[in-house]
Amino acid sequence: MSDLVKLLNVFCLLSLLAVGGGSAVLPQMEHETVALHHWITGNQFATIYSLGQMAPGPNMSMVALIGWQVAGVAGLLIALVAFYLPSSFLTYGCSYAWDFFKDNPWRDAVQRGMAPITIGLMLAGVHAVGKTASINPDHSLHFNTITTLIGLAVTGILFAKRINPALLMLVGGGVGWFFLRGI
Amino acid sequence: MSDAPSPAAIFLAFARIGITSFGGGLVAYLRDALVDEKKWMDHDEFLAALEIGQTLPGLNSVNVAIIAGRKLNGPAGSIAAASGLILPGVAALLVLGILYDRFRHDPDVTAALSGIAAAAVGLLLQVTLKIGAKQFLNIRDLFFVISTFLLVALYHVSLPVVLFLVAPLAIILCRPARTKDQQ
Repeated sequence: MSDLVKLLNVFCLLSLLAVGGGSAVLPQMEHETVALHHWITGNQFATIYSLGQMAPGPNMSMVALIGWQVAGVAGLLIALVAFYLPSSFLTYGCSYAWDFFKDNPWRDAVQRGMAPITIGLMLAGVHAVGKTASINPDHSLHFNTITTLIGLAVTGILFAKRINPALLMLVGGGVGWFFLRGI
Repeated sequence: MSDAPSPAAIFLAFARIGITSFGGGLVAYLRDALVDEKKWMDHDEFLAALEIGQTLPGLNSVNVAIIAGRKLNGPAGSIAAASGLILPGVAALLVLGILYDRFRHDPDVTAALSGIAAAAVGLLLQVTLKIGAKQFLNIRDLFFVISTFLLVALYHVSLPVVLFLVAPLAIILCRPARTKDQQ
């Protein structure tokens, strides 16, 4: 029961902190769910994140799987509602007010000021997932070399060519299966 | 609007996007469907919705769905649009989650998942670098990118604190010039 309340609190807060999209909130989500509440391990967090990337639709629906790990179906529903509802309410209300501020120059200042912060948070998100999925002190150098190369290859390929990222995830899985078995 | 699409029609349209969109490019799918295909919004309306969606917390795609849904059919439209976008992916995630739970101790699966997670990090890195290209080339923006990253990733300052510390400063530095003919 108290886990459900905690889930509600954590994901409501994350919802309202997710400036500039969901990835910005990854480091805080990782901190809350792994270090603070011990709901999942760092490895599970990285895996759940990657499952979110593979599934269709908004990738942050991964919060459903975290909720599910914590408290089954009730947890899944609570995590989803808590993560999507507060920001959606805010957006619903603000979309009325937005036109009112249409010509206010501060609106532009907010957008331009927040942009680099969002990028910094997204980089921290790369760090939050990458410290277990790419360069993990619990794994061997050999293992980490392969995971890092997979990641960099995906980055490079996506810059060179417009390709469905979900496909690259699957290829990454194949490469991982081939090279990382038994390491 | 006299011939407002029904919530069911809105749900189905967004569910189709929710099923067919993979890997983060959701906003582009939304634009194609809402503007080109359904002609429920014109291009400028869509850009305005995206602008609000990006500025406010929450996922850009979900926020756009909330705003588009409201325009089409008020609160019921918003609920239909957002749930249509989110739910199919959650169903897919649930299947992936169940498979993950069942097979996560299988060494073949673990290896493949490690590869997938490593690829997901590469994807996030690429998205971050692509979105942030402008910010990395501007000294002031780069300062905020790096300081936000360091505060969150290395010094583990919690996200609300970072936002309260850094955001006002960043916005003030982008404040509008004091010209009368600004508008």
